[in-house]
Amino acid sequence: MSMELEVPMAPSPKPLKAKKVELKKRGISGWIVFAILAISTLAWLLPFYMALINSVKTESEFVNGGPLALPMGFDLTNVIDFWNAVDFPRKLWNSVISSLSGALIAIVLSLFTAFAIGIGRVRGRFWILALFMIAFTIPQEALIYPFYNMAKSIGLYDSLLSVIIIYAVLSTAFGTYMLSSVLNEFPEEMLEAAKIDGATTWTILSQIVFPLLRPTLLVLFTFFFIYNWNEFLIPLVLLPSNDNQTVTVGLGVVFGQWTTDPTQLAAAALLGSLPSIIFFFIFQKSLMRGVTMGSTK
Amino acid sequence: MSITTSKAKSLARKRSEAVNQRRGYYFYLIPGLIAFVGLIGTAFVWNIYLSFTKWNGLGKPVWVGFNNYIKLAGDDVFWQSFLHAIGFIGAMSIVPTFLGLLIAALLFDYIEPRFGNAPTTVMRGGFYIPQIVPLTITGIMWVWLVSPSTGVINTVLQNMGIAAQPNWLGDANLAFWTLSVIMVWLQIGYTIVIFMSGMSRLDPSLSEAAQIDGASWWQRFRIIILSQLGPEIGVVLLTTTVAALKVFAPIYVMTQGGPGNATQVPAYFSYFNFFTTTKVGYGAAVATVLALLLTVMAIVILYVQNRQSEGANKR
Repeated sequence: MSMELEVPMAPSPKPLKAKKVELKKRGISGWIVFAILAISTLAWLLPFYMALINSVKTESEFVNGGPLALPMGFDLTNVIDFWNAVDFPRKLWNSVISSLSGALIAIVLSLFTAFAIGIGRVRGRFWILALFMIAFTIPQEALIYPFYNMAKSIGLYDSLLSVIIIYAVLSTAFGTYMLSSVLNEFPEEMLEAAKIDGATTWTILSQIVFPLLRPTLLVLFTFFFIYNWNEFLIPLVLLPSNDNQTVTVGLGVVFGQWTTDPTQLAAAALLGSLPSIIFFFIFQKSLMRGVTMGSTK
Repeated sequence: MSITTSKAKSLARKRSEAVNQRRGYYFYLIPGLIAFVGLIGTAFVWNIYLSFTKWNGLGKPVWVGFNNYIKLAGDDVFWQSFLHAIGFIGAMSIVPTFLGLLIAALLFDYIEPRFGNAPTTVMRGGFYIPQIVPLTITGIMWVWLVSPSTGVINTVLQNMGIAAQPNWLGDANLAFWTLSVIMVWLQIGYTIVIFMSGMSRLDPSLSEAAQIDGASWWQRFRIIILSQLGPEIGVVLLTTTVAALKVFAPIYVMTQGGPGNATQVPAYFSYFNFFTTTKVGYGAAVATVLALLLTVMAIVILYVQNRQSEGANKR
């Protein structure tokens, strides 16, 4: 067996790797399948397109032309009104801070725990993993009221900090589970060499495991970030005040006030989805790895 | 053979060193375990305790034993909510798994070899976008799309000269089905991504050989792809089923469990009891039952994955 010092990382979605291969003959049936799938993809994106064209219409335009007509101009009044009405920059900032900090803490905690389980093979590791696994399958409803009580009793109610701590611990459960299975397959030879040299566990972690694991940690980080960003129940319950709300809650809650104004609703949907879509385009690759990581490990 | 002996040797050596080594490793467990037990463990136990009490959130919870559970057993809304959640397994798990398999296979095995990478990536991305946008936002979008008077769907119906203008989410007979269609739209991206990555690990020579032998695409899909994607199909079915049983945000944004209780689900029912009617003990009991059910499912997933990795080791 040739030694490849490649740590088993998150399985990459290989079908899309760039390689120069000869394409098969397309034929009529090929074009038909292509057309069907292309149309389906467009249909899948249609809701976003509808939000886009209607958010840049004026109200009278919407009343006269209905939702299907193309906008005559590019009127940003609705978007700007909505932006100001919900104080969107503030909500964005809250989302960024809480998602980012939660993800960072979770990465550190998961790395530590997974290091003890996957490399240290501590006793009882199976049970620890089983416990963590249960933590991300039980519904948040079974935790939320106690979280609410705890946050109130220690004065962290309506503080981003409470949400950050909860995000971090919930993600750690998932992260430990994923990282442990990756570290289980860590090349034994590298560890043996270090141990013979008398390396401490800290040296092993920081000099050997961490550098090799960095790509996987990055994948996990993007995954945590998105997961936190989309979190709904926890910020809904713990962040009641307008100033502390995140994008998901802020828009979800404010929604009731706008039901009568379709163009405003479209603007809300557009503004709310834009950060995620931009994020998707930037981090598509890591994200796809994160998604598939959970399925095959 | 040499691999197995060297593995055995290194295992033996490791065991002798393990005693000294292990001690150093336990330290790394401490932060994660403290955080975990302190927060999630405590909350979960506290919630179970609350499920045996009567409490409105103020003052002290009053112990009532199994009262809440007895009441639950006779509560139609509770049973309905579970029925709906089970119904959503169809829309969030079974249909997306089936459609996802088909689309993934077409993209992977049909489109990519003929049209290359770029269109495949774009299409996969298009199907995946609904997954990444927060559920509250897609929820707002759909409420708007299906709204009875100004919505896109009813405008299309009107333009086509169809007189019926259904109130998609407001009609108790329709709301569940409208939500189901939206769930399929939401979930399919996830299944496609998982299945495409699963297909990439299959041996392409099998499919090629079958093709030379004159097997049609449909035959190859059924026999080669489906039979070998077992692990992925299992994982997707289980994780999406868990997601269906937990569904909350779309319900919160789009229907609030209504009209009436037509789209009531356990997660929302529990939330409703906690924060709207402040029957905390009752809400906690609903959440505990749901948690128990999901824990059983988690154990099943663990078991399946364990068996799977054992199988992989034997290979």
